[in-house]
Amino acid sequence: MSVLAPPEPALTPVYSYPDALTHVPTHYCPGCTHGIAHRLIAEVIDEMAAKERTIGVASVGCSVFAYRYFGVDFAQAAHGRAPAMATGVKRVRPEALVFTYQGDGDLASIGAAEILHAAVRGEQITVFFVNNAIYGMTGGQMAPTTLLGQTTTSSPAGRDRATMGTVLRMSELLAQVDGAAYVVRRSLHDVVQIKRAKKAIRRAFEVQEQGLGFAMVELLSSCPTNWGMTPEAALGYIRDEMVPAFPLGDFKVPETRAEAGA
Amino acid sequence: MTFDVIIAGFGGQGVLFAGQLLAHAALDAGLETTWYPSYGPEMRGGTANCTVVISDEPIGSPVTERPQAAIVMNLPSLVRYEPLVRPGGVLVVNTSLIDRAVERDDIDAIAIPADDVAAELGNPKLTNMVLLGALLARTSALTTAQVGATLERVLPARHHHLLGANHAALARGAELATEAAARDATPTA
Amino acid sequence: MARELLKGNVAFAEAAIRAGCEAYFGYPITPQTEALEHMAVRMPELGRTFVQAESEVAAINMVYGAAAAGVRTMTSSSSPGVSLMMEGLSYMAGSEVPAVVVDVMRGGPGLGNIAPAQSDYTQMVKGGGHGDYRQIVLAPASVQELIDHTVLAFDLADRYRIVSVVLADGSLGQMMEGAELPAMRPPRAADASPAWALSGAKGRDTNLISSIHLDPDEEERFNHHLQAKYAAIEAAEIRYEEHLLDDASIAVVAFGTAARLAKTAIAGERAAGVAVGLFRPITLWPFPTDALRDLSERVEAILVVEMNMGQMLEDVQRVVAERCPVGFFGRTGGVMPMPEEIAARIRALAVELGAAVSDAPEEVRT
Ligand SMILES: Cc1ncc(C[n+]2csc(CCOP(=O)(O)OP(=O)(O)O)c2C)c(N)n1
Ligand code: SF4
Repeated sequence: MSVLAPPEPALTPVYSYPDALTHVPTHYCPGCTHGIAHRLIAEVIDEMAAKERTIGVASVGCSVFAYRYFGVDFAQAAHGRAPAMATGVKRVRPEALVFTYQGDGDLASIGAAEILHAAVRGEQITVFFVNNAIYGMTGGQMAPTTLLGQTTTSSPAGRDRATMGTVLRMSELLAQVDGAAYVVRRSLHDVVQIKRAKKAIRRAFEVQEQGLGFAMVELLSSCPTNWGMTPEAALGYIRDEMVPAFPLGDFKVPETRAEAGA
Repeated sequence: MTFDVIIAGFGGQGVLFAGQLLAHAALDAGLETTWYPSYGPEMRGGTANCTVVISDEPIGSPVTERPQAAIVMNLPSLVRYEPLVRPGGVLVVNTSLIDRAVERDDIDAIAIPADDVAAELGNPKLTNMVLLGALLARTSALTTAQVGATLERVLPARHHHLLGANHAALARGAELATEAAARDATPTA
Repeated sequence: MARELLKGNVAFAEAAIRAGCEAYFGYPITPQTEALEHMAVRMPELGRTFVQAESEVAAINMVYGAAAAGVRTMTSSSSPGVSLMMEGLSYMAGSEVPAVVVDVMRGGPGLGNIAPAQSDYTQMVKGGGHGDYRQIVLAPASVQELIDHTVLAFDLADRYRIVSVVLADGSLGQMMEGAELPAMRPPRAADASPAWALSGAKGRDTNLISSIHLDPDEEERFNHHLQAKYAAIEAAEIRYEEHLLDDASIAVVAFGTAARLAKTAIAGERAAGVAVGLFRPITLWPFPTDALRDLSERVEAILVVEMNMGQMLEDVQRVVAERCPVGFFGRTGGVMPMPEEIAARIRALAVELGAAVSDAPEEVRT
């Protein structure tokens, strides 16, 4: 048995391994918050008893192997194209709970057109946008979400506004789109924030279930490896540097809970 | 003359640098050389290896299935490369991290507790240099003196205070390998 | 310049700079990213243009723009990124702008992996974009050639107003080898911009860079003009290497890394008495058709070796046209054909042809 297998409960378990996660150890670096995001999504799928009707679409980035870790049907899209692929899946399987899981390079750079137009069409899909302000998988290049002055391997002297522009705030941008029903930003840097993130993940899936339109949860995340920090310092960096540049909050929510059918 | 060696271990053990140093030294000696790394996500906390080919003629393949020599810095590397070393070839084993004995008897296996030696020398990062020194002592492609001279050229200036320790590590590795060879040559029965 | 130990990706990026590349546009992708990272440091240092584009689609169109404006410009990428560039490459062919693309190929199809492969022969040599177009395709087999071909690619691109491709693979990009960089050439002087380029219509008629020819007859005339240009390139720019072919009864035909792997196999088989040599196309387009046809009349058999399932093989078969048997050995998906395996295929062919070879398989490397 894998060391990750749940122990036989002697008492009532209050915390256990989500059913919607496989028991495959992840390849993420120590301290990377991708794992937390995975777990939250899996817990919500379990709570909604949706494991057998969920279809995930993995993107290209460190989370390219997300399909190994979720025990649900999965597709793996081309870089940036997950929202388009999810559109195809959802249109022909409207009963399925369809989500994409995308990094900032994937969603905000190469896939900017696909995410925008999925929102414009009001696609009934749920998007989890893991924003760690850098390209993790390819070894730490600049992303559209890289902070001004932040050094990366492709902005070795720091991100310079004159030649590289400044941060792209996707949640604020997508909230402008009529077809978007639910767009919020949360963070994974401490327990309180993680709990809030989970609530938002739940709400984003419910919005899809209720047919209200496109839903996205942006999750501020860490990349200790490419930021060159300890996991702990990286969480501090989210709190102190990223949150000011990417304010947490609800940018668009369905008008009232009543209207939302809740 | 064509010589090839695979250096393998965990990422962070200085596997790639040891290979690059060897390649630089070959070039300094007027020889042809290639350095070919494992690359990509597997490097993230996983294993790393590189192949160095040195020759006095233009080099065809930069990779080989059957290397003449291998330096293995951890157990997975021993498991993978022990069967591949060519008969009569050299296998340098970091016994600080590998407690399994070499099974083959048709190769020259050199056991060096390199992490311990590096610790004795005062810097755990010298493990790769100790093992490289051992390899050089038992193969004829390059000498420790040649590699030592190259080190001065390629080590970034900010690390030059470590030159002495690096030289000492190369020398100590070579010394241990030579002693071990002498021991092996003496019948013990 | 002295020979230095250089990593392929860094070497071609620096070579491009020294060949006068004034603008680089790219997007990170393994196993090519070190080139982009080198450019990120060096281009701003020299006051030249470096932009990390939002995608390869954007990168190639930025190249299109800079080329239209008359400067030496390039991008580099790897297979999935190059697939995204096909639209831009077709437009550039259709408007005859010069530019350089370095493709550090990896295993496919799809996301595949990042290991070395020759997966893009078809899309680069035959034209993965639409229309009857060609691009010059150079296939280096060493870090030195990667450097030399990058410089040559700029010169040929300018000479013919065409896109030149340097078709490398992950192993060439990632390996280090002794090589010599060229001296730094000064970038083209601002007033030496080509007459067709967009530089502002000061004291001259306006220039237009476009690939639209709405009138089919006009489009056909334009295509004939392109074909005439392509014929001129075929007449003047074919490059290939012949290695140990004088007395060979078997010829291995391979390009790039596959060719250098084959060279090691050939050395071993020669030592065992097999009369085998190597024919290595250096320009994949223009393809060394005549030389290969001649060869097929001299040898008894040809073995094509590739890091794909036979993309160049089709061209070899077309040229050889049954003059001699053509065998194939390929590894794909990022797996390299090891010299030992290639040697075994050569040996099998030699035995089939009834050659007297020493039984004991020789060590490939002695
Ligand atoms: C067309 C294409 N271009 C480039 C790549 C290389 N690539 C793989 S992942 C990635 C960026 C990933 O960054 P991000 O989306 O921020 O995710 P993270 O790795 O940080 O989680 C890139 C550029 C690719 N696979 N395909
Ligand atoms: S590189 Fe960064 S994003 Fe990728 S797994 Fe490691 S810490 Fe996470």
